[in-house]
Amino acid sequence: MSTHLLLSMPILWPLLGVALCCVFWQRPRAQRIVSLAASAGLLLSSLALLAATRDGTVPATQFGGWAAPFGISFVGDMLSAAMVVITGLMAVAVGIYGLVDDAEAREASLYHPLYQGLLLGVTGAFLTGDIFNLYVWFEVMLISSFGLLALGGTREQLDAGVKYVTLNLVATTLFLICVAFLYGLTGSLNMADIARVLPTVENQGLVTTIAVLFLVAFGSKAAVFPLFFWLPAAYHTASAPIVAIFAALLTKVGVYAILRSFTLIFDLSLGFTASIIGVVAALTMVTGVLGAAAHFDVRKILSFHIISQIGYMLLGIAVATPLAIGGAILYVIHHIVVKANLFLLAGVINRAGGSFELKQVGGLYRTLPWLGVLFLIPALSLAGLPPLSGFWSKFVVVKASLDAGHVVLAGTALAVGVLTLYSMLKIWNEAFWKAAPAESTAATQRWLAEPGTRRTMLTPIVLLAAVTLTIGLMAEPFVAFSLRAGEQLLDKSAYIEAVLGADAQRTAEARP
Amino acid sequence: MEPVFALAFGVLVAASAYLVMSRNVLRIVLGLLLLGNAANLSLFLAGRMGSRTPPLVPDGAEALVGGGNPLPQALILTAIVISFALIAFTVILFESAHRRFDTLDTEELRAAEPRAAKAAAPSPPPSHSPAPPVTEPAR
Repeated sequence: MSTHLLLSMPILWPLLGVALCCVFWQRPRAQRIVSLAASAGLLLSSLALLAATRDGTVPATQFGGWAAPFGISFVGDMLSAAMVVITGLMAVAVGIYGLVDDAEAREASLYHPLYQGLLLGVTGAFLTGDIFNLYVWFEVMLISSFGLLALGGTREQLDAGVKYVTLNLVATTLFLICVAFLYGLTGSLNMADIARVLPTVENQGLVTTIAVLFLVAFGSKAAVFPLFFWLPAAYHTASAPIVAIFAALLTKVGVYAILRSFTLIFDLSLGFTASIIGVVAALTMVTGVLGAAAHFDVRKILSFHIISQIGYMLLGIAVATPLAIGGAILYVIHHIVVKANLFLLAGVINRAGGSFELKQVGGLYRTLPWLGVLFLIPALSLAGLPPLSGFWSKFVVVKASLDAGHVVLAGTALAVGVLTLYSMLKIWNEAFWKAAPAESTAATQRWLAEPGTRRTMLTPIVLLAAVTLTIGLMAEPFVAFSLRAGEQLLDKSAYIEAVLGADAQRTAEARP
Repeated sequence: MEPVFALAFGVLVAASAYLVMSRNVLRIVLGLLLLGNAANLSLFLAGRMGSRTPPLVPDGAEALVGGGNPLPQALILTAIVISFALIAFTVILFESAHRRFDTLDTEELRAAEPRAAKAAAPSPPPSHSPAPPVTEPAR
């Protein structure tokens, strides 16, 4: 397959999905087929991209026949390819889960087109090599997520939507202003070109200022410590498949943007950005996990854990050694799978136990022991117990920070891991272990009487649990891949050469 | 000319920050609108403002000499379209929230995160009874 096709297919599938779902807007059944087919196409084409990038080559293409840095570049390095594959996996898994029997209500209000639109924005953001184009993909993702969040139109969702929309709009507008500043400084929007030109800019103090502004903009997207308030205000109001895809992808696009901009564009070894990220990472981990400890609604607990886990990824970025960046990448991959799975399981707990509120659920282990096992796999993986995927990703990140001498950060990470285990065991004790309240038993009986629903909801959960187990038990290829992806990120010459050609590095000069 | 525009950008951002931090959702929308315009202005400024010549390559010439920078205009056009769509959605969302809750005060929009501690803490201490809603002074 040509490079151009290789890089555009992962975007064309969801784009086709959006278009066809809108065409069939009055035919939910056709929309389902289109949506699932587009998600499967996304997964397959992303696997092709991964196969092409696995040996360290960086395919790059320019749209519209304009040579870089004038045309819009699309670049697929190992990190981008891995992120797109995991997006495809989530698209399929959550797509299947989204077909459960309450799907009709969602489908009446454009669920499938918005779902594909979200995937389109996320994939585009992972693959683009142009910073203004990244802004556009952010907005595509954002408007779809606005629609998905407000889908049911309940009081809670409207209230959550107001906060979610306001804070996210401020963050993306700030991102746009940062892009303008960066453009004013370098005269370019192509990320490879900016990376080449930026070290030659005279006013390096201004570069650090812009770097921190970008950190604020992307940090709000990634829900880091002082900027996360939109997340716990909104996530628990959406229905289970929607919140699962949000939890899997939205914040991780922010993390990806931080990872990309602070390896390619800005130099973490200059100035004090790395120490800011380190402090933010520790505070994010701690506030997230404490927020989770205070709640008794499964979805709220899990929402706060997203924030806490983002801290681990930032920790890897802050330490910034090849091992740490690789660890952060592995953490993102592991976290997406595990977190989406936990939110899918929260939906099952609600069905089989009758409520999201832990006080009103119970006894699920007695009646549904396999559901308990399915819950424990992602839950213990989130807490970082061996031999699950969370252990390896935490291990690499913590080892990297100890190697670099960041003992406090490593200690915080380990302590937060224990508190994570506490939250997961709280869900286990309340929902699975304690005696069942009467309403909960009734809900369990209804659940047992609906084999079709059970199959639709549990298939993706089993699939994702299998992925978690695979990463955990056969960690070597995944760890090796992440470490190589991290090295590739830190050695930016491959990326720049792929976009601009081999002799680009020599002719660097700012042209404001 | 540039300092004036830079100052205007600063004033726009300050005004929008003031409006966005207000408790009135209508002011928040206006603040978001102003912030979008501030972003457009910053893009315009970033492209440099020296030239007033249209960016057209004359017949027979190979390259553009002395023309204005065409790129910021393309960027701003994109940004205007996007922010228009987003603000339109925001207005609709805020209006439906207004109809449903019958208030413009963000402090009273608490359906998703109830004020009372009963959802958060297992056993709230007796002194910590749910606070009565703050009564707004008459406008």
